Amino acid sequence: MDPHQQHPIRLRLNGQDREFDVESWVTLLDLLRERAGLTGTKKGCDHGQCGACTVLLDGRRVNACLTLAVMQDGHEVTTIEGLAKGEDLHPLQQAFIDCDAFQCGYCTPGQICSAAGLIAEGQAKTIADVRELMSGNVCRCGAYPQIVRAVAQVLELDASALDEGKPFTTGSVLA
Amino acid sequence: MNPFAFTQPKDLDGVLAQLAEGARPIAGGTNLLDLMKEGVMTPSQVVDINAIATAGLDRIEEAGGGLRLGALARNADTAYHPLVRDRYPLLASAILAGASPQLRNMATNGGNLLQRTRCVYFYDVGVPCNKREPGTGCPAKHGINRQLAILGTSEQCIATHPSDMCVALRALDAVVHVHSSGGTREIPFGEFHRLPGERPELDSTLQPGELITHIALPDAARFAGHSAYIKVRERLSYAFALVSVAAALDLDGDTIRAARIALGGVAHKPWRVEEAERELEGKQAGEAAFALAAERILQGARGWGQNDFKLPLAKNAIVQALQTAVRGTAYARGERE
Repeated sequence: MDPHQQHPIRLRLNGQDREFDVESWVTLLDLLRERAGLTGTKKGCDHGQCGACTVLLDGRRVNACLTLAVMQDGHEVTTIEGLAKGEDLHPLQQAFIDCDAFQCGYCTPGQICSAAGLIAEGQAKTIADVRELMSGNVCRCGAYPQIVRAVAQVLELDASALDEGKPFTTGSVLA
Repeated sequence: MNPFAFTQPKDLDGVLAQLAEGARPIAGGTNLLDLMKEGVMTPSQVVDINAIATAGLDRIEEAGGGLRLGALARNADTAYHPLVRDRYPLLASAILAGASPQLRNMATNGGNLLQRTRCVYFYDVGVPCNKREPGTGCPAKHGINRQLAILGTSEQCIATHPSDMCVALRALDAVVHVHSSGGTREIPFGEFHRLPGERPELDSTLQPGELITHIALPDAARFAGHSAYIKVRERLSYAFALVSVAAALDLDGDTIRAARIALGGVAHKPWRVEEAERELEGKQAGEAAFALAAERILQGARGWGQNDFKLPLAKNAIVQALQTAVRGTAYARGERE
């Protein structure tokens, strides 16, 4: 079999059916940025360590850099461009503005898609849970307190622990 | 990434035929694609096995008094499954201590078992590594070895197995079920991963052409109330273990009826010394007995310079994990760790 073969794929991309021909080695991230023209999803490390490429795949948050486009034939992908409804921002987008939850903004699309996935998963019950379950998204500007506050705002969680400045001690979440 | 031929068979036989031809299976892809981008793994054929999930390989279900974890079930779905959370909280804890939520949504149970070491020399194709290129040498022994093994090492390799999930599976006496064109085979968890010895390029005893179909867990109800997974790492979340401990106790008051202890981050495979567990039987649960067990488990351990600290760290982590287990599984106490 020819390793350079083009594979036809169809994606439901931000609510639209899109068709592409891709080589086997094209990641979902590169497809989105280079072929679908959706550059909101960012390439940070390209190794699944930073979370900048987080998108929703069939509603679940994943690192778009660590999956192949050809593996997602027939699946539904939502990127940061697909979250707002027309001119109405997604509640997380509004909360990130309200809480000043970014500085340079490079990690923000991934942070917001990750937070959307976190909310859909329904596992975060406290601020400590939000911190732990957002740990797959790195922010080199260090906007973490504001990011947690923004996610907490949408989840309507008590964020007073953030105001008290208490250190958080540990990570794992067990329901 | 190197160009490669790609197939997506719709049934198990199609996958097995591809494996027999030497194709590399991809499921979650979180480790394989990373290694392919680095040029560490360069398969000429890749077979996507996700389509055969319809054959039940993505299910978590009761079987034989225990649980059957499908190889294609995602790590997140496994950890959050009510049957896993209620009956195997040690496993749920261990899975949730690993990677990030995004990666746990992608990574499969079968793939978790087969992930490669994160030794920096293995990942760097510009330097020698006996695991990546047998016979080239091991710079880690006298190099950057802070993360690396203190037990079961060989002259050829001091890499660690990076999984958290596997540490719990080892403690819980899981059995790996595999399928090949020649039939099926069951591999006790302790025999699945191997020590590096003279063949550090081999991580496991899985044979070419074999596919993991599911992982069987025996009943472990007696341990569910007193289990703990402790993971010591460089930051609070989303980092590989320096040392991790899966501990589970079956207690009669203060007396230990049975114990299960496995360590991660210290060896080429999850480390377990069953004699140490047997010696705990009938003893009073407490620091004295736990410290003795820790010494027994760490017998023969040695550091390589940067990782010398792992010897006292591992001992303390074992004692702490057992003491935490005595107090009760976190969910049973209504607490979050």
